[in-house]
Amino acid sequence: MTEADSPTSLVKLSQVNKHFGALHVLRDIDLDIARGEVVVVIGPSGGGKSTLCRVINRLETIDSGTITFDGQSLAVEGRALARLRSDVGMVFQQFNLFAHKTILENVTLGPIKVRKVARQKAEQRGMELLERVGIASQAAKYPAQLSGGQQQRVAIARALAMDPKMILFDEPTSALDPEMVQEVLDVMISLAREGMTMLVVTHEMGFARRAANRVVFMSDGQIIEQAAPDDFFTNPGTDRARDFLSKILTH
Amino acid sequence: MIDDLPLVLGAFWLTIRLTLASALAALVLGTVLAAMRVSPLAVLRGAAAGYVTVLRNTPLTLVIVFCGLGLGLVLDVSFSGSLSVNYLWLSIIGLSAYTAAFVCEAIRAGINTVPVGQAEAARALGLTFGQNLRYIVLPQAFRAVIAPLGSVLIALTKNTTVAAAIGVAEASLTMKTLFERHQEAVVPIFFGFALGFLVLTLPVGLVFGRLARRLAVAR
Repeated sequence: MTEADSPTSLVKLSQVNKHFGALHVLRDIDLDIARGEVVVVIGPSGGGKSTLCRVINRLETIDSGTITFDGQSLAVEGRALARLRSDVGMVFQQFNLFAHKTILENVTLGPIKVRKVARQKAEQRGMELLERVGIASQAAKYPAQLSGGQQQRVAIARALAMDPKMILFDEPTSALDPEMVQEVLDVMISLAREGMTMLVVTHEMGFARRAANRVVFMSDGQIIEQAAPDDFFTNPGTDRARDFLSKILTH
Repeated sequence: MIDDLPLVLGAFWLTIRLTLASALAALVLGTVLAAMRVSPLAVLRGAAAGYVTVLRNTPLTLVIVFCGLGLGLVLDVSFSGSLSVNYLWLSIIGLSAYTAAFVCEAIRAGINTVPVGQAEAARALGLTFGQNLRYIVLPQAFRAVIAPLGSVLIALTKNTTVAAAIGVAEASLTMKTLFERHQEAVVPIFFGFALGFLVLTLPVGLVFGRLARRLAVAR
């Protein structure tokens, strides 16, 4: 990232509110994410972290407030929304690889159907990306034949294949067996080092310390505090954050 | 009775043609209806739901008689100068319109087996609603309901006999003709025709069952 061409933020949420029925899951959220920035969102379950992630590419709609991406406000529906989504990669907790398609097809579908890239070119690039995440030898297999960690790395390659301006990670390692967490985090850390803009909902403190520029602590639908990782973990500014950290760091 | 063999074979050939033509049309129409039932537009959802409710709960004989007499005679819908060909087409319309309602419901059940995350991942990539259905949701939905679709096809094969109501000379109407010609042999004639239908429907069940196992989506 060069500072010169990115004076503005890539994503900007202002006064965003969202309800699920009576539950107020996002309360007056203000958040700016700069180009190349890696933001980790942590906090107790049900605090609105995943919802925050999902409103940015409008998998969830918002009740009030504004969200702008790359200077444009989020389209409501139709092709403009599809175009926005193609620029925002997303990695899900449950991987969500297309179960009826091979690993390579999973990675090339978006480029071919959405970006209209020629199949041969898309496959070549797809293989490069699979190589990068260490799954190239499994390209012809189906998702169910891969381990969770492998599937999640494919999901990251699928997001990268769209050349996104940003990637959202919604608890990418929460559904993984413990021994597979690190292989996924390693890929994410290398992306962060290369300057990818990332919003990561995770409980992986190690990742936050090593790769994040900023930690955002959310609870009860609000952003309680945000700080650089080292500051946040060693010297949290609020009781709620201290309380939360004491619970997760004891084990 | 051996002289009647060409008549019988011709009748079963007509049954097969009726079945295949109606199956194809019902599959296309049923898929469109299923897509409408999950569309974001309430008007489309309502229209498809109304169609399914009406056609699924109306006796097929009523539908076929309406197509033959209502469309054919009163409204003068004509596909061919030949009366028998015209009634054939009208019965195909009735059979496929009726069967489409069941195909729609089978596919809709299949759509419900596809995890929400599949469609979400497709939306997150920037696929439009139509692309999402076409490339992600429907292919998985179809694979989940191959066996039930086989049952619908078997029912359709047997339902083609209702076209006899408007004089289409398929197998059951031909059986009636043979009954009149050979009154001494109604029992063997009946078993002969029943066997003929078994020959048509048994392989459908077997093939669809095998396809269902082979194409199942592993999760």
